[in-house]
Amino acid sequence: MSTHPHPNRNLNPFTRIPKPLRGWVLPAAIVFVWWLAVRLGWSTSPLLVPVETVLATGWQQIASGKVFSELGASLQRDLIGFAIGASAGLVAGAVLGLSRLAEKLIGPSFHTLKQISLFAWIPLLSVWFGLGDAAKVAFLSLAAFFPVVLNTVEGIRSVPAELIEVARVLRFTRWQLLTRVVLPGAAPSIFAGIHLALIYAWLATLGAEYLLVSGKGIGNLLIDGREHFQMDLVLLGVVVVGAVGFALNWIATRIERRALAWRGRSVASY
Amino acid sequence: MSTQALLAEPGSRELDAAPAPAARSTPPVRHTGWRPGPRLTNWLLAWPLPLALLAIWWLAADQGWVAAQVLPPPETVWGALRDSIANGELWPNLQISLLRVLAGFAAGLAGGLLLGVAMGLSPTFKDYVYPLFKAFSQVPVLGWLPLLMLLVGIDEALKVILIAKAALVPVTINTYQGIAGVPSRYIEVARALKFTRWQMLSKVVFPAAIAPIWNGVRYGLTHAWLALVVVELLASSEGLGFLIVYGRQLFQLDVVMAAVVVVGLFGWLLDKGLALIETRLLRWRKEAF
Repeated sequence: MSTHPHPNRNLNPFTRIPKPLRGWVLPAAIVFVWWLAVRLGWSTSPLLVPVETVLATGWQQIASGKVFSELGASLQRDLIGFAIGASAGLVAGAVLGLSRLAEKLIGPSFHTLKQISLFAWIPLLSVWFGLGDAAKVAFLSLAAFFPVVLNTVEGIRSVPAELIEVARVLRFTRWQLLTRVVLPGAAPSIFAGIHLALIYAWLATLGAEYLLVSGKGIGNLLIDGREHFQMDLVLLGVVVVGAVGFALNWIATRIERRALAWRGRSVASY
Repeated sequence: MSTQALLAEPGSRELDAAPAPAARSTPPVRHTGWRPGPRLTNWLLAWPLPLALLAIWWLAADQGWVAAQVLPPPETVWGALRDSIANGELWPNLQISLLRVLAGFAAGLAGGLLLGVAMGLSPTFKDYVYPLFKAFSQVPVLGWLPLLMLLVGIDEALKVILIAKAALVPVTINTYQGIAGVPSRYIEVARALKFTRWQMLSKVVFPAAIAPIWNGVRYGLTHAWLALVVVELLASSEGLGFLIVYGRQLFQLDVVMAAVVVVGLFGWLLDKGLALIETRLLRWRKEAF
């Protein structure tokens, strides 16, 4: 790209900073202003906690293992709910995707149910399952269920008709057709659904912990911090929530790439 | 046909690969959909399941298999819905929810379009802002909620900011990707035709990016509606979400269910509205081919 007229004499201060460092400029500026605000006493609000306090709280929570036990409780629920919801979603999606009749019978009801805003389920679930872990896991499964179903149906429907025809010509049995043609063909979309489900389930974990306040969890840590006006605790919670979301995303992308690696190879080898 | 064409991702189809296999270009479903016969059977087939569920629900309540407190009978829910419309309980709450979602969505949309366009057009700007934006978007709305409650309290500002955040992220990402993904061929042609910068943007870049941008707008509104419900469930004394919490606290599940139905209905209506605008906006694309 010839965006810059004087490549040798670069006068624009923004393009003089090397590329990998550019992303750090804004966060550093924010932390600096924050530090300055504390140092110069711009505000006497108890909410303006010094940067050092946040770091100290973070260290203390990590050293005492409290943050890990809260996080562990959240992640355990998250994964159980995700596993239930995603496997139910896979089965339902496969049924809806493979059978036109099932799609016609169940599809419209499913799409209507899907319209209900996810979190609106919580008050109902809390009546049906109580305020404990059962309601939380039920809600998480629901959160993971919908994206998996939608993407599985989508994936199965998008398997090219030619591939099915070839399989018919080769006289594949129904089982062979399913395991060797349909599922591999639908795999990218199914993985996309599982990936989405993982993200939704994490979001739902937080929501469930806020709305069904009982027991341990990272959401309860955040709520506690807010109730006691402990800004440092809340900030720590925000960072942990973001980091877990990031990690889940990263793991899902990794697994996806691994599982779908054969696609890239097979295309390249032809 | 080459395997390459068969296995290519649907989104990454390039103009070079345009001569697609003829068999795939017309999915058979499209055509049968227009004939009245199958359409009617499809419509009829959609009803047995909900009707059966409704019958079981009604029977369960009627025979006392479940307590009315845990699962109120359908007619009670219907009655609660009618009552809340008749006595004017629903309307002000709905109005407040819609106003909140519109205010937050408008703010998020404006911010998202601005950010997305700026990042799409200027790689330098993107280098500076994108990492921070990415970190910001990693933390879901619910993660920011306690922090914002401390900072701005639980007033209207909290709701609007969170709804705006929910809308901002998908709008920004889709706008950025839409603009960055405009085929370089188009830009080259425009350069060859000596388009001015403004012509380039208004005649090439934006028309080419409008579909992904609009996709982002739709996602944004869906997320905004979801965020509205969460925020109202957690911190509100009016609105549809509050109606749900209120019903739950009084153990009036009929009110809860009626409110849930209204939430679902309006979420659907909002998305349908945007879908309608989309077909209008993108009509020229179909005409072109």
